[in-house]
Amino acid sequence: MSASEGLGAKPHRRSALGAVMSVLNRVAGAPVVERLRLKKSVDRALYEATKTGFRTAGAATRSFTAARRLGAPARPPAVADSGVFDLTPTDEQQMIVETVGEFAAERLRPAAASADDKCAPPEELLSTAAELGVTLLGVPEELGGVATERSTVTNVLVAEALATGDMGLALACLAPAAVSNALVQWGNEEQQATYLPAFTGDNVPAAALAIQEPVALFDPFSLRTKAYRTAGGFRLTGVKSLVPRAAAAELFVVAADVDGRGPALFVVESSSVAIESEPAMGLRGAGTGRVVLDQVNVPASALLDADYAECVRLARLGWCALAVGTGQAVLDYVIPYVNERVAFGEPVSHRQGVAFKVADIGTELDGMRLVTYRAAARAAAGLPNAREVALARKLCTDKGMQIGSDGVQLLGGHGFVKEHPVERWYRDLRAVGVMEGAVLV
Amino acid sequence: MINLEVPRKLTTLVDQARQAAMAFLRPNSRKYDQAEHTYPKELDTLASLLDGLSASGGGAGAGGVRRSGSGKSTANLSLVLGTMEMCWGDAGLLLSMPRQGLGNAAIASVASEEQLARYKGKWAAMAITEPDTGSDSGAIRTTAVRDGDHYVLNGEKIFVTSGERADCVVVWATLDRSLGKAAIKSFVVDRDTPGFELVRLEHKLGIRASDTAHFRLDNCRVPASNLLGTPEIKPDQGFAGVMQTFDNTRPLVAAMAVGITRAALEETRRLLTSAGVEIDYDKPANNQHAAAAAFLDMEADYESMYLLTLQAAWMADNRKPNSLQASYAKAKAGRSATAITLRCVELCGSLGYTEHELLEKWSRDAKIMDIFEGTQQIQQLIIARRLLGKTSAQLK
Repeated sequence: MSASEGLGAKPHRRSALGAVMSVLNRVAGAPVVERLRLKKSVDRALYEATKTGFRTAGAATRSFTAARRLGAPARPPAVADSGVFDLTPTDEQQMIVETVGEFAAERLRPAAASADDKCAPPEELLSTAAELGVTLLGVPEELGGVATERSTVTNVLVAEALATGDMGLALACLAPAAVSNALVQWGNEEQQATYLPAFTGDNVPAAALAIQEPVALFDPFSLRTKAYRTAGGFRLTGVKSLVPRAAAAELFVVAADVDGRGPALFVVESSSVAIESEPAMGLRGAGTGRVVLDQVNVPASALLDADYAECVRLARLGWCALAVGTGQAVLDYVIPYVNERVAFGEPVSHRQGVAFKVADIGTELDGMRLVTYRAAARAAAGLPNAREVALARKLCTDKGMQIGSDGVQLLGGHGFVKEHPVERWYRDLRAVGVMEGAVLV
Repeated sequence: MINLEVPRKLTTLVDQARQAAMAFLRPNSRKYDQAEHTYPKELDTLASLLDGLSASGGGAGAGGVRRSGSGKSTANLSLVLGTMEMCWGDAGLLLSMPRQGLGNAAIASVASEEQLARYKGKWAAMAITEPDTGSDSGAIRTTAVRDGDHYVLNGEKIFVTSGERADCVVVWATLDRSLGKAAIKSFVVDRDTPGFELVRLEHKLGIRASDTAHFRLDNCRVPASNLLGTPEIKPDQGFAGVMQTFDNTRPLVAAMAVGITRAALEETRRLLTSAGVEIDYDKPANNQHAAAAAFLDMEADYESMYLLTLQAAWMADNRKPNSLQASYAKAKAGRSATAITLRCVELCGSLGYTEHELLEKWSRDAKIMDIFEGTQQIQQLIIARRLLGKTSAQLK
């Protein structure tokens, strides 16, 4: 068969009748906004957030200035090799996970459906997350944070625990930490002094790591967003896709190809970019949007001296953790459901067709968790981790999606309606294989 | 502190096991696959060598692990790591290792101190399955009747690994069929016991280096002291005594599956590389050659089965109950080993399918890993019952 045959090889041709029908469709659809009489009000804002492509200016940026500069950038050291196989988190990690887990159950889960509907996270929830210290975990003590060593494992545990509540809201809570973690890892003393104090203070800014681009088969190592050198710094042009809290973010770390020589990371303040709303099938609670950079000038000091491959890996690892947490939410939800749901005179869980699906969810989920933890521990210890991260991502993409699909299937028709959260998890789990950037552990 | 690397103190052992597998097992792999039922005499040398290594704190075979004493050990972890390496060499030959039978694992798990001393250095096989009873081991018909200082055993046992070559066989039999699973006990039967008759050896799909025996017990008199564990029938305990063996042996079978799978993946990678296919861990799988994407897919499942196996062993070492995790490891490793080795054959074409290379053999060997010590479906039942909080009467 030649390339011009087969499904999708040629566009469908429109006939005369088809042309008439398409005009009728436009006429019928156009007055919707007017009919609803949407005012410049909450309704209007909601309509805009959930409508693809609605364009606004980037959020106003607070003035970031370097207050107190260290002599050299502060970086937490790699975790010392214990030489012992161990699956037990440290006492401190256990404490953090418990706190975050409670927050996820009590605050994220109840807020998830409405945030999904509105395509925006509730503000008070984000400030509580900031108060919990999500951004502090990776920042070293010298810079006002709490980290004494590389916090990759702790960050993974936190992302997992948050995602047991809701993946979209977990992403919204974690988005600023991606930027602060990037600054900790790769910022120089000037960049750290300029931006990090805001992330350890009372009013943590919305911020996001923007790598993803709107193109099929996106490869983060082959970027369409370009940065060209100018007299005073760089000029950036391109579009970033699925950026969490895009409209609210004051600061972005943007990946761009520098002069055709490969990708690098830039700190970009939001006032210089345009934002387009970009609601997706899932992650809606994170308020995803496009960041449009149209000849944005940034100073030379905006360039982060980053290990870009490491950045991509640590972001992927974050998505693995989110998949594990969401998978756990699915398992914890379907178990009581299949035990209580009665069909043919007994709980449906008494049938192997149902019970074996639950067994497989449990088995694959435990494997996903271990593979993710291994990659995280290697990253924290400063060991090579490209292989482990790649395998974790592959596993969490495929098995995570299977778990999402099985979760809906086990509830049958009830899984398909929004009365239960499994349909949301189905939509959210598809993101794991799509997303690059956005989180950084 | 979370760390999933091979413990530093076991790296020497893993290396020794790899060296042994490279020197003794892999070179003889095809030979004993073809010469089924021929005793692999090279293993005698290897076994003595391993005994020496065990004495010096090494050792790498499929012996038993005892859960006694207090505190933490790395006995189970070292056992599964050693088993992985050896099965990277050859699973059939590892199963034929003298004094490393599943019966040894059973003895190590449930025997008294006196019995442990008595069977030290013996090679023990395991006989559970009967012609009409596979996974439903609670329904076995072999009977044991007390007669003075002896039990008299009658029945038929099949699928006894190393049954012909072992010194003794651990036989499951019921003291009273009307009392169900609680009445099932295990007995050590010496191979030369009168009435213990070898009927035949099976011809198999894989692990052909390992002999699989069919026995008949015809008024076979066994000293009462050969009963492992307690002779009392405790209905509330059910299967506990004999079943706890599985918590130790299932991670071992998972480890065997891991070893075979690793061998197949390494060989596949070599052949793909020679075919010009590169595997890039950073580039998205969908942007790579379809064979490279397939490889990443397989290696991800491999990593999962490997770590699930280490987890089950680590939990046993740390005296944490691990029935669920043992079944996780066995279920995942059994199905992934089969799927991966078969896909490797497909990717490598005629090089994979023919006897020029070992890929076709590994895909035959792998299948048993999803069957013995509890089939995939039995593992799923165990896992589902645990997760759902169901009894075997509710979830059948």
